Amino acid sequence: MNPTESSAQAPSYRAPVERARRILAAPAVGPFLALLLTMAFFSLKSDRFLQGPSLSLVLQQVMVVGVLAIGQTLVILTAGIDLSVGTVMAFGQIVMTKLAIDSGYRPLTAILLGILACVAFGLFNGSLVAGVRLPAFIVTLGTLNIAFALTHIYSNDLTYPPGNSGKAELPSALLFWGRTFTIGHTDITYGVVLMFVLFGLAWFALTQTAWGRHVYATGDDPEAARLTGIKTGRVLLSVYMVGGLMYGIAAWLLVSRTELGDPNAGQTTENLDSITAVVLGGTSLFGGRGTVIGTLIGAIIVGVFRNGLTLIGVEVIYQYLVTGILVILAVSVDQLTHRRRL
Amino acid sequence: MVALNGADFELYPNEIVAVIGDNGAGKSTLIKALSGALQVDNGEIHLDGKRVRFRTPGDARRAGIEIVYQDLAVAPSLDIASNIFLGREARRRGPLGVGLRMLAKRTMRREASRHLQELKIGIQSMSQRVENLSGGQRQGVAVARASKWAQRVAIMDEPTAALGVKETRQVIELILRVRERGLPVILISHDMPHVFELADRIHIMRLGKRVAVVTPQTHTMPEAVAIMTGATQSELKQTLVKDGEAPPAESAEEEP
Repeated sequence: MNPTESSAQAPSYRAPVERARRILAAPAVGPFLALLLTMAFFSLKSDRFLQGPSLSLVLQQVMVVGVLAIGQTLVILTAGIDLSVGTVMAFGQIVMTKLAIDSGYRPLTAILLGILACVAFGLFNGSLVAGVRLPAFIVTLGTLNIAFALTHIYSNDLTYPPGNSGKAELPSALLFWGRTFTIGHTDITYGVVLMFVLFGLAWFALTQTAWGRHVYATGDDPEAARLTGIKTGRVLLSVYMVGGLMYGIAAWLLVSRTELGDPNAGQTTENLDSITAVVLGGTSLFGGRGTVIGTLIGAIIVGVFRNGLTLIGVEVIYQYLVTGILVILAVSVDQLTHRRRL
Repeated sequence: MVALNGADFELYPNEIVAVIGDNGAGKSTLIKALSGALQVDNGEIHLDGKRVRFRTPGDARRAGIEIVYQDLAVAPSLDIASNIFLGREARRRGPLGVGLRMLAKRTMRREASRHLQELKIGIQSMSQRVENLSGGQRQGVAVARASKWAQRVAIMDEPTAALGVKETRQVIELILRVRERGLPVILISHDMPHVFELADRIHIMRLGKRVAVVTPQTHTMPEAVAIMTGATQSELKQTLVKDGEAPPAESAEEEP
């Protein structure tokens, strides 16, 4: 065959545009630029924005959604979607706190059981998607409701620790990730460090292992992947279970941050924000394309926006408006720079 | 519904056998049986003199049979090297590979590049996504993947179906090179000129049976097409194979 380049040579006046597009199309560059723009915008609007405490607060708020979004990224990479993210996390949260307080389990055991509960939901979701071949949207829609119901049934609609007993009742292990350590003048939250570590692990698994490649291949073209010998059923199951693991860890982070177990957690904000973070990060909802680093940036963008808007005095309800517009904008820009299907 | 009945098939080393037949003749079914995608109800498969059973495509693959599907079965968003090694990724040696299961990406890229060069497929960078390649190049990657892993047989299902003239030429030359490297090839094709250019023997199917095995030397294209469509009955008597290599094939008879 002829030794030709894969793309035709563009006429010379188009070369800078081509190069710009190619740079923009590199994974996560687009989202990163968006993040910089957003931070620039808010730092102009409020001089409190770029200060240490403010940024630290942003990351603290991001850490729960960020970890949730890791699981969501994996699921979306396989051309699925997980709508049960928030409520499964809420269930895990309730299991952890209730077992620790009411049933007198050792804190670490309670945490482990809470995480396992979330992994069990992941197993459930994954089995239906991989085994029975049901659409992920439908399955996780069902799980969303099941988890929500179980959460309220198991907690009897109470928060843990219940109302007036005060925060001191949650064992310290459950609150670990909310603690901070100091480097120089900055306080760094353990939970935020954990989030970055988890993103690093996810990046490694997706880009440096065969499993990661199989995830991408399964999402891109499941039939082709199967014909190549990839066990797509196992890949899908593993993706949903790892997702469950992430939701469980996020539950622990949430407890650490809010210092209680709240059955009403995770209903809209965390759910939608996890998907928003993935989309803003450049991952395609049709599967097979995207990066976990993009998701991290996407999660930070969401956090920056929420925090920034609060800082300049915008009401919470308008934040939803802005987030919605953001997502549409992000997807449109992504389409234009990549010139491919969504 | 019987898809195959009396479909004998032989393949000898270093040859390209083309399987031709009209739609519904059973070509795909035969191929799927040979590649483990389908289970046969009656009949046997022998490889190198030993009887084998293929319950899954994995069994056939382990036995050294690789197949290039009509729609290629490549992962479009992954790069060329990843596709060549898809499902058979190489891991790094040492603790990183064993413990963390880390991929040996550079090794795979180098290997893929070397293999493509041996097959004279002129693609420079192994890091390009397969979706950015032309149809002929994509076909080249799929053929290269099969020929890299196939120990015994490579099967190609309509390899030139969706290609333009120049790309078809490139794939034809590629298939010839695969045979030169010692791998026998089973080729399904509708394209008579290509079949006659490539095949050492031509296995003609009709209505689930093998009706004839001819060679480009003994038959013309119109004659082969006639046999394929069942136009002339007298042609069925002439079933010739290469001298001294195999006994004459039975024609239009059931397997006992």
